[in-house]
Amino acid sequence: MRKRIETPCFRAINHGNSVNSKRPVNLDLTTIKLPLPGVISILHRISGFSLFLVIPILLWMFQQSMISLETFNELKDLLDNLFVKWVIWVILAGVIYHLIAGIKHLFMDAGIGETLESARNGSLIVLFVSGILVFFAGVWLW
Amino acid sequence: MVTSVTNLGRSGLSDWLIQRVTAVIVAAFSFVMLGFFISHPDLQYADWYNFMSCTSMRIFTLISLLAISGHAWVGLWTIATDYLKPTGIRFLFQAACALALFVYFAWAVQILWGL
Repeated sequence: MRKRIETPCFRAINHGNSVNSKRPVNLDLTTIKLPLPGVISILHRISGFSLFLVIPILLWMFQQSMISLETFNELKDLLDNLFVKWVIWVILAGVIYHLIAGIKHLFMDAGIGETLESARNGSLIVLFVSGILVFFAGVWLW
Repeated sequence: MVTSVTNLGRSGLSDWLIQRVTAVIVAAFSFVMLGFFISHPDLQYADWYNFMSCTSMRIFTLISLLAISGHAWVGLWTIATDYLKPTGIRFLFQAACALALFVYFAWAVQILWGL
């Protein structure tokens, strides 16, 4: 007989329409401590989805910047507003993080940084580099 | 495995490649824009307009927009199939995403060529 994982948080559930309905599913996420590469990964997803949502803001700004000299200068004045600057900074932070974490992804595709140790180091590098770049993006904005 | 009917490339491997190729295109576009903004600290309308409306930048921007649409679709598909289990809800979510991406793209084309 096949060995099954016997812990309180694991149990086989039947999804009904899924292909492999005998797979154990952990239903209690609070029993899992997400490792650093996992944090990097979920942030990559969250930033990606958020960027999808803010595309209209960027398109609107692109539109205003292209229509005419007047709308371009209006947009420039708008960007002097503190709140608007914060919004742009958050969007830029999302772009920067998503880009850096994406580059880590490409390295892992090439087989670099896939061990437990190097994946952790790579994650720290992603946090460090994107942190620095987000800081400089703020400096550039202000 | 979730059905591949809604995959962009109809296979996981194809989506995997699309995700990476489009990522590199968008990254390249980001670096070009970054370089432009850094080299123009006090940007004026004429410089900006001439830069973005020259044929090469229009084409590059259009390619990047296509890449963003494809990249976002694969990413949103992945998120939808991971977190949205009921087929009806997942289908509605994906339909909404597809519509949004199409609107984004059409709007961007209008800005690039219509103005």
